[in-house]
Amino acid sequence: MKKMCAVKTQIKKGGRLEQVCDDARGVLLPRLQEIQNRRGYISDKAMQKLADELGIHPVEVYSVVSFYSFLHTKKKGKYIVRLSQCITSKMAGQEKVRKAFEKELGIRMGETTRDGKITLEETACIGMCDQAPAALVNDELIGKMSPRKVKTLLASLK
Amino acid sequence: METQRQGPIIFSGIAPDEGLKAALGQSRADVIGEVRNSQIKGRGGAGFPTGVKWNLAATAQGERKFIVCNADEGEPGTFKDRVLLKEYARTVFEGMVIAGYAVGAQHGYVYLRGEYRSFGPHLEQVLQQMEDEGALGDAILGKKDFHFDIEIRFGVGAYVCGEESALIESLEGYRGEARNRPPFPTNTGLHGSPTVVNNVETFAAVPHIIAKGAEWFASFGTEKSKGSKLLSVSGDCRKPGVYEVPFGTSIKQILKMVEAEDTKAVQVGGASGTCVPKKEFGRVIAYEDLSTGGSVIVFNSRRSLIDVVHNFLEFFAEESCGQCTPCREGVPVLLEYAEKLRAGELTRNELGEVYSLSETMQLASKCGLGQSAPNALVSILEKFPKECPLSTSQRKELVR
Ligand SMILES: Cc1cc2nc3c(=O)[nH]c(=O)nc-3n(C[C@H](O)[C@H](O)[C@H](O)COP(=O)(O)O)c2cc1C
Ligand code: SF4
Ligand code: FES
Repeated sequence: MKKMCAVKTQIKKGGRLEQVCDDARGVLLPRLQEIQNRRGYISDKAMQKLADELGIHPVEVYSVVSFYSFLHTKKKGKYIVRLSQCITSKMAGQEKVRKAFEKELGIRMGETTRDGKITLEETACIGMCDQAPAALVNDELIGKMSPRKVKTLLASLK
Repeated sequence: METQRQGPIIFSGIAPDEGLKAALGQSRADVIGEVRNSQIKGRGGAGFPTGVKWNLAATAQGERKFIVCNADEGEPGTFKDRVLLKEYARTVFEGMVIAGYAVGAQHGYVYLRGEYRSFGPHLEQVLQQMEDEGALGDAILGKKDFHFDIEIRFGVGAYVCGEESALIESLEGYRGEARNRPPFPTNTGLHGSPTVVNNVETFAAVPHIIAKGAEWFASFGTEKSKGSKLLSVSGDCRKPGVYEVPFGTSIKQILKMVEAEDTKAVQVGGASGTCVPKKEFGRVIAYEDLSTGGSVIVFNSRRSLIDVVHNFLEFFAEESCGQCTPCREGVPVLLEYAEKLRAGELTRNELGEVYSLSETMQLASKCGLGQSAPNALVSILEKFPKECPLSTSQRKELVR
């Protein structure tokens, strides 16, 4: 779809009517996501810059970033492995999968490998309840995890 | 396509543009009338009549109006919107365009949970194709004065953003904190304008209703719950997955369908829902009985229901936005009591406290999260006394 602006206002500019976008603040979340996708995290500097651009206080930006669990202000691994800690995953053996990850990577839940490649986290239901235990690796949904699949998955992450 | 799906309404066949063409051939008022006559209620959980909602937005004053598709699908155990977006995106989008036509909106947003970010390219492709075919954008299907476009926005890992007013806050670039209501979004929604927020499944049903008629739609279901419901079934069963059933289908029938054996209990409605014991498996999926956004989790006799409730309370503790006291302070206390209950250490006093706190939370929390957080705990205390290590005198108190 072509880029559009949902909220337009008409202003007079040099005697002509012109449409401008006044959904400035609404682009905050998409912009933050863009920054994080590119840089891997959202730095103080990036928040400051974005705040200036949108004409709001940096604290406003920080307060938004801190609200959303998928936005972060610290560098994380190139791959973020998020294990669903939902009940169906637990029932289907999430514990074993978690231990396999921890063992293979030599880190604990919430940590990042030394080489900065992989961060291991837990998250709420990811909508793969029919294929539990489930994981989200960056944007990819993966179902039916098992200790064996942990190995092949890790081997495939370059 | 995972499999050829079959069902009475949403999984019945419909050609591209079939519903849209039929809608644009009618007046706006007639489209709303048709939706109203179908008696469809929202499929996202709260069950507000869709025709009424559309009419409110259509008659509200506003220079611009918005249509928002709630694809935040965060209720534990729900994944039917995932299937709809992957396999039926066109129908969902056409439902949004029809809504736009009916209420006089020009812009639509899909608020897609961040966990489903990988669906983005496919959804964009469907939108592009619709635009190429003239089913989206300017002069839709040759209708000169009707313009409508759809933009996809991604959530960033906050369950509470599925609540419609929190969703709107999030779309506007704020923390996803629920608003006080009234005013309702149909009057003062996105950017202060009249806004229709509907669930993915609600939009998916609309083209069918318009193309095949309100009467056809209303011939399915029960007296008070018309049409069908998509269920996301998971847990202890051989065939987990998404099923479309007419309202009025019993738990017993569902269990048979998914080949569940040795079932002790079924959680209907996810973490915010209720736990149904075996002796109540005759109960049915319907707004007037077991109302649900679609989550059905099956537990066999080896599962501990206290573990289940504990897991749900941890979820709420994690996801509470912390804006109001009953929810922010109440959930951790309930979690503590659930832990004590599991250890067999819950005192009589504390049992009473569970009930009074739950009542306070149900009454005084600002949004549905806090209001429904106590449901699961209360329902296992009441319906599964044997699961809870309580003294006899405590147990007597449960049977109030
Ligand atoms: C905490 C919370 C989370 C919710 N999550 C969702 C959701 O993920 N999807 C959804 O459609 N509705 C969700 N709802 C319900 C919405 O507030 C709203 O009622 C619904 O989107 C309206 O659409 P409908 O009438 O088509 O059901 C949630 C409500 C609460 C309180
Ligand atoms: S009930 Fe909970 S989630 Fe809802 S507004 Fe209050 S603190 Fe936030
Ligand atoms: S309940 Fe496990 S992914 Fe949904």
